Amino acid sequence: MNAVGVAQPRIEGPAKVTGAARYAADVPIEGLAFGAVVLATVTRGRIRDIDVDAVRNMPGVLGVIDHRNAPRLNPKAGGFFGPDGQLQLLQDEMIPFAGRPVALVVAETLEQAQAAAHVLPVTYDEEPHDTNFTADHPAGRPAMTIFDEPVDVGDVEAELAASSVVVEERYRTPEEYHSAMEPHSATVWWDGERLEAIDSNQGPFVIAATLATLFSLSLEKVRIRTEHVGGGFGSKGLCGPQLILAAMAAHRFGRPVRVTLTRTQVFLTTAMRPATDQLIRIGADADGRLRAIWHEPAFEISPLVEYIEGCTELTKTLYAARAIRTRLTAVPLDILPPYSMRGPGAAPGSFALESAMDELAERLGIDPLELRLRNEPAAGPVSGLPFSSRNLVECLREGAHRFGWGTRDHRPRLRREGSLLVGTGLAATSFSAGAFPSSATITAEADGTFTVAIGATDLGTGARTALTAIAADALEAGTERIRLRISDSDLGPAWSAGGSRGTTSWAWAITEAAEKLRGQEWRGTVTIDTTQSLGGLPGRERHAYSAVFAEVTADPATGEVRVRRLLGMFAVGRVVNPLLARSQVIGGMIGGLSMALHEEGVRDPVSGRHVNADFAGYHIAAHADVPDIEADFVPDHEPGIPVGVKGAGEIGNVGTAAAIANAVWHATGVRQRSLPIRLDRVLE
Amino acid sequence: MTNHHRSEISLHVNGVTHRLGVDNRTTLLDTLRENLGHTGPKKGCDHGQCGACTVLLDGRRVVSCLTLAVAAEGAEVTTVEGLAGDGELLPLQQAFIRFDGFQCGYCTSGQLCSAVGMLAEHAAGWPSSVTADVSPDGPTPVLDAAEVRERMSGNLCRCGAYPSIVRAVLETEAAG
Ligand code: FES
Ligand code: FES
Repeated sequence: MNAVGVAQPRIEGPAKVTGAARYAADVPIEGLAFGAVVLATVTRGRIRDIDVDAVRNMPGVLGVIDHRNAPRLNPKAGGFFGPDGQLQLLQDEMIPFAGRPVALVVAETLEQAQAAAHVLPVTYDEEPHDTNFTADHPAGRPAMTIFDEPVDVGDVEAELAASSVVVEERYRTPEEYHSAMEPHSATVWWDGERLEAIDSNQGPFVIAATLATLFSLSLEKVRIRTEHVGGGFGSKGLCGPQLILAAMAAHRFGRPVRVTLTRTQVFLTTAMRPATDQLIRIGADADGRLRAIWHEPAFEISPLVEYIEGCTELTKTLYAARAIRTRLTAVPLDILPPYSMRGPGAAPGSFALESAMDELAERLGIDPLELRLRNEPAAGPVSGLPFSSRNLVECLREGAHRFGWGTRDHRPRLRREGSLLVGTGLAATSFSAGAFPSSATITAEADGTFTVAIGATDLGTGARTALTAIAADALEAGTERIRLRISDSDLGPAWSAGGSRGTTSWAWAITEAAEKLRGQEWRGTVTIDTTQSLGGLPGRERHAYSAVFAEVTADPATGEVRVRRLLGMFAVGRVVNPLLARSQVIGGMIGGLSMALHEEGVRDPVSGRHVNADFAGYHIAAHADVPDIEADFVPDHEPGIPVGVKGAGEIGNVGTAAAIANAVWHATGVRQRSLPIRLDRVLE
Repeated sequence: MTNHHRSEISLHVNGVTHRLGVDNRTTLLDTLRENLGHTGPKKGCDHGQCGACTVLLDGRRVVSCLTLAVAAEGAEVTTVEGLAGDGELLPLQQAFIRFDGFQCGYCTSGQLCSAVGMLAEHAAGWPSSVTADVSPDGPTPVLDAAEVRERMSGNLCRCGAYPSIVRAVLETEAAG
């Protein structure tokens, strides 16, 4: 009666196909007022004046909150990267980036709020700004080191000097935007002394804790729910401006207030993946054995809050090399603070590493597949730790077999179909696996069912369905006896849906709670917290792996690249639900395709502002861009984590861009070292 | 608010007629969501760029964020909530569930309404820009994957459910 491993449609499927599933902006609330956000239109400077009188008497307007009347927030509030200046909204007249909220207009109806926000006069004293990212920018300095710290193993210079072939190239990726289809929305009201919120986010407990700190409330005074979330991809991992501003307004006007960002505001004031500029040097012997990898990425940040785009995590673990050196440089600029976007670090980092590996294969005259197989490490090349399980070779071999890689002529620009050039490419990749502390409560009910309560969220990952299956197996019951409660900060501490650690963290807690309930002969209620047992996890190299294969056509006359085939083989530990897991990795690969060909946040160098902050200007892959995609799993199991899972949320995004760029080279003979692969970069 | 900013209109939504006063600036999307409680249609962009708000107006697909409520007076509006009526899910809705044609589900109401409208357009012989023969007396184009992708490209899905959506549409069409 195993539920884990069985393909099952989503539990909430019927609700989602009938429009019954309620997202944050959908929940009806009595007496609701609407807040419309006003964003700064200059890139750096100070607010000179906000002429509130100009809108105060407009129909329906209840009032305006700005830095002169907003409640004072606790400057210590933050998240994973420390105190977060981006949370300090409406605290002073300073403008640190274009798109910073400067006011919230609150009115009886959405139209009235928007109309007043639209005409609210805000004047600024502008100051010179710098949004021009370059790797050698004088402000560049070492990135913080809470992860992806610099390493220097072996003698990189000597190994490069001794190499038969050295690839030394720069790879660049632009600012990219998460673009979840649901714009960030929060509805907040005060229930006596208690703040209640319905908010689109990736982890209600973590967000509630941040909000409580920010408003100097005790955690019990904050409750956040988030039943259905319209995608996050990292952008809803933070305590968002919608929630902070709605909380301010609900307090001030003494009634429920909803703040929903417009699409353009989502671009300008939530988060983005920072631009990267990565210098990479790889040296190898004539037989393809790597001597050295030296990977030095730079990325942009904002002075408001630290962030790490961990581009070199893969570099430290994917291939055996005698010497490995990495160093991350952060360049502070007057830009929107970057934050994790699906496959953070790994997505841009793998584009550089796996493109460089392809260039190395070309210069060595070796099959790119064979080059990877020859550099399979026995233990962590930097850490020296054993791999908990490593099935990259299986992914590469099985993928190559299904794709028909064996018959590939590795020379570029040899295949034509009519006027089109055709090429294929591959990339290998990994994504770190692990778990974070979470709590769970299970109650054996009188009717024979089990209530399983955990502060998880389902952003579309299938968490609701997967955790139900995991709980059913752990409780030795059918899934029909499981009542899963998620998406509520009152359910106790739990890790967010992020870092590909949602399912692993929550599965761990549910499994441990079920163990304890078994000890009580399946009676009563148990609550557990996994902090202790996580600490007992032995040090290992723990990663999911994949191999991605792409076939593209390139039109030399128009520069248009189209992806004709995309195939991914994945080793993501035990697969809880093959139907949903396949959707998740395919979705990731489409994100990678979109990154390869389409996505680019463009900044006007004069004003410093983002000029394509909508879906007309910032194209994400649409139906017509996406072929049918093949994705499958090789047998895999993570021995250290209950249920054997590794997480599949992000690895699909990683590797795909390099596989496509390598295929474009194979088609055209021209290397694509800057993303996206725009028409003008392909045009001859 | 002065009266010339408001209108009294009748909206027929999913077979029910509503008499209501609306701010003339109000879009059909906001009216459905904020005044009539139909939160199935979603606001992904409010600019006609994402398709999440797609509904059927007299059977034809429109982006309700670019349709004023006052302009929809007299038309039959069908939202995702009305696709199945009171009974069984449409085969298309069932296929979306079976093939996992969504993840977060935020684009799904739009994808479904768009697919229903698209299938009707195709049945009426409308060509698309990937149709080989677009002459007025050309044959009804065969609805293959390329046609579905082209015709559904106004509906973005950031979760990347496109391949399953296309499969669900084609299977539904094949089952007739
Ligand atoms: S909300 Fe109407 S098209 Fe995006
Ligand atoms: S299912 Fe999430 S946007 Fe389509």
